[in-house]
Amino acid sequence: MAARDQTVLQFAPSSMSLSAKVHPVVIFNICDCYVRRPDQADRVIGTLLGSISPDGTVNIRNSYAVPHNESSDQVALDIDYHHNMLLSHQKVNPKEVIVGWYSTGFGVSGGSALIHEFYSREAPNPVHLTVDTGFRNGEASIKAFVSINLSLGDRQLAVQFQEVPLDLRMVETEQVGFDILKTTMVDKMPSDLEGMEASMERLLTLINEVYNYVDNVVDGRVTPDNNIGRFVSDTVASIPKMSPAAFDTLVNDSLQDHLLLLYLSSLTRTQLGLAEKLNTAAQIL
Amino acid sequence: MANPMARSFLQVAASEEVAAPPLRVVQIEGLVILKIIKHCKEFSPALVTGQLLGLDVGSVLEVTNCFPFPMREEDEEIEADGANYQLEMMRCLREVNVDNNTVGWYQSTLLGSFQTVELIETFMNYQENIRRCVCIIYDPSRSNQGVLALKALKLSDSFMDLHRNNNFTGEKLREKNLTWVDIFEEIPIKVSNSALISAFMTELEADSPVSQCDYDRLQLSTTPFMERNLEFLTECMDDLSVEQQKFQFYYRNLSRQQAQQQTWLQKRRSENMSRKAAGEELLPEEDPSNPIFKPIPEPSRLDSFLITNQIANYCNQINGVAGQSFSRLYLMKALHENDKSP
Repeated sequence: MAARDQTVLQFAPSSMSLSAKVHPVVIFNICDCYVRRPDQADRVIGTLLGSISPDGTVNIRNSYAVPHNESSDQVALDIDYHHNMLLSHQKVNPKEVIVGWYSTGFGVSGGSALIHEFYSREAPNPVHLTVDTGFRNGEASIKAFVSINLSLGDRQLAVQFQEVPLDLRMVETEQVGFDILKTTMVDKMPSDLEGMEASMERLLTLINEVYNYVDNVVDGRVTPDNNIGRFVSDTVASIPKMSPAAFDTLVNDSLQDHLLLLYLSSLTRTQLGLAEKLNTAAQIL
Repeated sequence: MANPMARSFLQVAASEEVAAPPLRVVQIEGLVILKIIKHCKEFSPALVTGQLLGLDVGSVLEVTNCFPFPMREEDEEIEADGANYQLEMMRCLREVNVDNNTVGWYQSTLLGSFQTVELIETFMNYQENIRRCVCIIYDPSRSNQGVLALKALKLSDSFMDLHRNNNFTGEKLREKNLTWVDIFEEIPIKVSNSALISAFMTELEADSPVSQCDYDRLQLSTTPFMERNLEFLTECMDDLSVEQQKFQFYYRNLSRQQAQQQTWLQKRRSENMSRKAAGEELLPEEDPSNPIFKPIPEPSRLDSFLITNQIANYCNQINGVAGQSFSRLYLMKALHENDKSP
């Protein structure tokens, strides 16, 4: 009896393990909007679009900024704009739905609770992403929060922003090549062969590192680590074992195929040159 | 006394506009590249398009933002919808201070088969309204091989003049010395990023020394890509031979017509001779109503030029991939030998 009379501050348990994954386009978009913000605004607020996968991971794929007015105690968001942009975006990609909202600036501020409430009417359990463009701690901090209701018995007291794990792996950016997206100005896009060269150099560096490590272990300079040793032996063993003759045949066949293709393409180009000369040089009597 | 240095407004208005410097470089922001990649990849293998926004500054065309176009159904009513969508997006983007200036469009392509008549038509449409526009082509299938297949194209000026007059006869082309190479001009691309995003990317860079694009580049299997390339190449060669047959047909008809004209002329002349001898009126030596004098229209060479462009593209791609494969094969060979040596 006594236990039931005690009022306990209850945290509604998160029903599923929520985590978020952000695509690099979103970060780029947010930074671009921040750079272009109107002078009197301190921070930028916008909507996040994406999808929710069945295991509860929120996949944040796209975003757009929403104009807002902020004063010390009030925040006003342009809701019409938000709806118009949502409709336009959904015309292109109907599968992207609202999954939350973002704001630049470190941490969560007072006005955020109101905005979060607005967004929770738009989407179930929205995710709040903060992107620290001020680099307050000397590092880029991008955090995601969801809101948990704090209730005291039956009455709802407050809303707590609880951080969720954020997956910032940027697979698409790696495909484009970090070198292009990292510096402020790239003068020339790398050609195929240059890219190939860069990849091979990196592979060579890796191999050299592993080589040095193994040498060090054998000479006793470094304490051996069994896991790394197993990794190395697995990697070396994964090269398919073939007799040298078979391997040579394989490589030579491939080489010959490619040479044939090169020959075909040069033949075609010669044909093109001839055809063009014949076509335009023909004189009408 | 009027200051001789200051020109009157009338003078300035009357002076001719200085010709714009030729477009030398297209400067794209990293954001635009990522957006284009995302959009094209999501809908691949369907082909998608979108609009580019930016600024035209001197000899550099800056592209600062873009937005995708929805997939268009083959329906007349959707035309108005499409225009509405575009206006709506531009208006909304202007409110957040994005450059509201169209500088071109982007489209995705499949293995480089983008040189079509529609592309030229779209170019001409854009060119009417915008002084300088560019088309960015992105190839998602080639980018799976670790290469960023992004190209900026524009029509060359001489080609545009010809096309406006719709004049593709052999004479005109010889006059302007225009071959199939001169239709499209490729413009080098520069990438720029704001300092903020560059700081973020540097922070967020993964620690591993080897990245996903290295994995893609060092992949040994190129057969499916080459197969498709060759398929397209042979189809294009078929098309090209059809075009050439058209020309042969035309020339044969032309020479036959000329031979007919000659025989008719001979007959007329001999008739006139006999009439002169008989003292009758002379018949005219020309007869415009006779069908053998009707000029045969020369087939347009535009199609054959476009097909030739496509073929050249495929050949270039084959060359590029074969070159990369050679490096990979020799790498494999070296690795295997190192493995075998004691």
